[in-house]
Amino acid sequence: MKKQYDIAIIGAGVVGALIARRLSFYDVSICLLERHIDAAMGASGANSGIVHAGYDAEPGSLKARFNILGTGMMPGLCRQMGVPYKNTGSLVVAFDEDDEARIDDLYKNGIAENIEGLEIISGEKAREMEPALNPGITKALFASTAGVVSPYKLNIAAVENAVANGVDFIRETNVEGINGARGGFIIQTSRGNINAGTIINCAGIYADDIAAMAGDGFFHLTPRKGEYLLMDRSEGGLVERVIFQPPSDKGKGVLVMTTVDGNLLIGPDANVADSKEDIETHADSLDYVYRTALRSCGGLKLGKVITSFAGLRATPDTGDFIIGESIKVPGFFNAAGIESPGLSSAPAIAEHMAGLISESLGGLVEKKEYSKGKGNHDFFRDMTLEEKEKAIRENPDYGQVVCRCENVTKAEIIESIKGPAGARTVDGVKRRTRAGMGRCQGGFCLPAVIDILAGELGISKEDVMKGDPGSYIFAGRTRE
Amino acid sequence: MIENRSLVIIGSGPAGLAAAVRARKSGIDDVLLLEREDQLGGILKQCIHTGFGVKIFKEELTGPEFASRYIRKVKELGIDYRLDTMVISMDEGKNITAVNPRDGLVVYKAECVILAMGCRERARGALRIPGTNPSGIFTAGTAQKFVNIEGMKPGKTALILGSGDIGLIMARRLALEGMKVKAVCEIMPYPGGLERNIIQCLEDFDIPLRLSHTVVRIHGGHRLEGVTIARVDELLKPVPGTEEYVKCDMLLLSVGLIPENELSREAGIIIDPVTGGAIVNQNLETSVEGIFACGNVLHVHDLVDYVAIEAERAAKSAVEKIKGKGKDPKKRIQITAGNGIRYTVPQIIDYYDENEKIKIYFRSSDKLDESRVTVTCKGKNIYTKKYKRLIPAEMEYIKITASDIKGRKVIIEAEKR
Ligand SMILES: Cc1cc2nc3c(=O)[nH]c(=O)nc-3n(C[C@H](O)[C@H](O)[C@H](O)COP(=O)(O)OP(=O)(O)OC[C@H]3O[C@@H](n4cnc5c(N)ncnc54)[C@H](O)[C@@H]3O)c2cc1C
Ligand SMILES: Cc1cc2nc3c(=O)[nH]c(=O)nc-3n(C[C@H](O)[C@H](O)[C@H](O)COP(=O)(O)OP(=O)(O)OC[C@H]3O[C@@H](n4cnc5c(N)ncnc54)[C@H](O)[C@@H]3O)c2cc1C
Repeated sequence: MKKQYDIAIIGAGVVGALIARRLSFYDVSICLLERHIDAAMGASGANSGIVHAGYDAEPGSLKARFNILGTGMMPGLCRQMGVPYKNTGSLVVAFDEDDEARIDDLYKNGIAENIEGLEIISGEKAREMEPALNPGITKALFASTAGVVSPYKLNIAAVENAVANGVDFIRETNVEGINGARGGFIIQTSRGNINAGTIINCAGIYADDIAAMAGDGFFHLTPRKGEYLLMDRSEGGLVERVIFQPPSDKGKGVLVMTTVDGNLLIGPDANVADSKEDIETHADSLDYVYRTALRSCGGLKLGKVITSFAGLRATPDTGDFIIGESIKVPGFFNAAGIESPGLSSAPAIAEHMAGLISESLGGLVEKKEYSKGKGNHDFFRDMTLEEKEKAIRENPDYGQVVCRCENVTKAEIIESIKGPAGARTVDGVKRRTRAGMGRCQGGFCLPAVIDILAGELGISKEDVMKGDPGSYIFAGRTRE
Repeated sequence: MIENRSLVIIGSGPAGLAAAVRARKSGIDDVLLLEREDQLGGILKQCIHTGFGVKIFKEELTGPEFASRYIRKVKELGIDYRLDTMVISMDEGKNITAVNPRDGLVVYKAECVILAMGCRERARGALRIPGTNPSGIFTAGTAQKFVNIEGMKPGKTALILGSGDIGLIMARRLALEGMKVKAVCEIMPYPGGLERNIIQCLEDFDIPLRLSHTVVRIHGGHRLEGVTIARVDELLKPVPGTEEYVKCDMLLLSVGLIPENELSREAGIIIDPVTGGAIVNQNLETSVEGIFACGNVLHVHDLVDYVAIEAERAAKSAVEKIKGKGKDPKKRIQITAGNGIRYTVPQIIDYYDENEKIKIYFRSSDKLDESRVTVTCKGKNIYTKKYKRLIPAEMEYIKITASDIKGRKVIIEAEKR
């Protein structure tokens, strides 16, 4: 491992990854430090995956600014990197006069921010667009620019892109202290010291702790948990657009949507978590999510749930994203308190941060050659018959379907491990390929995925992990 | 590439194997058997315990032994089969798209199709067990594969949720392999598996069976550290105050099998919401003409012998259709699962011949001692059979004669005598 970098980015969530990607276009040395074994294991791996239109943030706030800019960049960015994105549009539905007043306010917010494609429509019109909506819905705010994206794929694709351009992705490396000053920071990690001239803090829910380590802990983050229920692909398409309920003090309200991969997703609720590591799900929360979602669509079937999960929002006490150079510690930059709509905002935050860093370093120069992403990446399951035939002819491993629910082939699994910033764990393969994300939740493909991982990584099956070290799958062999 | 075939069978478990043998013996030369795994035999490959074939071979065979008797016949008869071959789609016109590394992608145009895809296991997500998301939670079948086929231990100390046969058999297996089984929890007040398995797998190994208990919370960051179990009330809701922490690093789920009917749905076949399998007539023909179903893809079986018998029936029907002997029925009769009956297979009777004896398989919806099963049509009883005991875990059948059926509806009911 190299020990000296121009720039160290702490945290390989979607924010850190997209910043790393953007800076990798320049002629600078960069490392991306991540305490987990993979990218996308924080908030960026467990959220709604919505590209928000941008009407809910306070006009004039950083949230509003970066959301609207980011949402505009998202389609092009996803195309460059081969990440699934869909411009679905969204509806905020109202059930009574109070709600109608709320969506009117949202509409006004949006108009103040010059957001295009907003329209208040009647309940009937809403049901015409989305037949699954309940009769009790009186009005709705339609936003045509909203969309859905695979958040972890965006995150991972950005890391891969960055690594392909020369960024060192250093995993399983926890940042524990920061000394020194601009031009000569010493970052103490669980794997020794790393020197960097500039630090960018993208540590998600831990960003306040990292800022404090650097000597500028002026903000505090509260972990607020959101729990979800994910349903079988057979239920996807119940709604085409993202269906929100009006925002209240509890958050944006429970939503119903079809994910970009075609599953139905409902959630999240919002409760302060016990700790920054607490992503436990609870029966009463899941129950609340289901009951609340039923208000929007009566046709949700609990029997079709295939998994549940929770994510932590990094809610800052400042009320807005914290983006920019520390006043007290020059050379230390924050992209902190990036709660929702952080995913939507991330592309614009990355662009902005790249500008700040370039300025701070006296103007960075673009590399002669670099990649902006691997372009459209076709999954076997999305290929036409002819494309499938051709793929198998060129590489017989495409003919070996490993995950039966999502039709993921051996070729794709091997590629996900071999790629830049490749998967090292069962969950890593899952996030990159969807193997194990379908209705049987890996019951069928787990043994094969373990074999392929062990083979490609050159380790024994006992050393294959689900996720971080300690999450072993086998406790030994029955016969030696 | 497109290939024409008289009969394509999807899945080579006992259902697919028995159907293939029967169809080939009845003179269909171009039977094709498609299997996505690298060996024939389906789930039987990993069932190394005995108890298979009691009805057909009058012997207690292991799963692999039972399968090998059919596999030998498949090979002797020169039946064409493709391994590592996954059927990825099927349409109403019986075009079956399959891929494998050798032949690439092939579309088989079939005159008739027999569905024998078996089932998958219900996973943690479907139960919505709250808590953390560590490693160490497996479905019982996956754990069985790890232990029996791969020789791997999926943990040291287990709790098993669900007392279906797979759960019971895995409890014994883990014990025999030197792992500890703390308990088998069952949410219902009665066990889900066969009685002989309760005795041979739990009692003989001193493994406690906790009826009316379920897992309410998963603990552990990276690897499972324990689970909280609790007693449930009559509505199957956990009773507050009855929680108990059980330390274990492995949770095996044996909480139900789901017939694998994604392909069937794609082809427009109508599925019975209760069985999760196709709605069929007594010839095991689905709502799409020329597509038949048998084995666990049709409804979950506990005895492999019934799977094989059902498969032969499906093959016979398919052969008749291929040879052009299929007739049009005089009328179609709907079977209703009434009080005390969870489901029947078939769900439909097509009336061809007044002398036809029609076998109807069923499961009761509850445990019923000293009971009676009746069949009525137009308010008139046409059949009664007495049972010492009916339990949902054990499939039963009755036989009625076509000429007894008046009208277009029959109701089957079970009640205490
Ligand atoms: C329930 C929920 C729903 C949401 N829905 C949406 C939505 O629909 N649309 C939207 O736009 N946004 C949404 N968001 C917000 C969005 O998910 C976040 O804004 C975004 O993922 C934040 O990315 P990040 O990179 O800042 O944080 P993270 O993804 O959490 O990444 C931070 C990374 O830093 C690493 N790290 C932390 N500490 C250290 C350390 N000491 N050393 C090394 N590495 C460290 C972590 O391991 C992690 O990988 C939602 C959030 C939640 C929780
Ligand atoms: C753990 C366990 C213990 C049991 N114990 C006993 C016992 O003691 N005695 C007894 O009599 N019975 C027992 N049974 C029941 C009996 O073995 C099963 O009911 C029977 O094996 C089901 O047969 P099947 O052919 O329908 O399904 P399976 O054996 O599951 O076969 C289905 C096959 O179809 C293939 N397939 C599925 N989809 C596709 C596709 N798209 N393309 C290609 N191939 C596909 C699968 O790979 C599989 O090989 C037990 C079952 C289990 C699981």
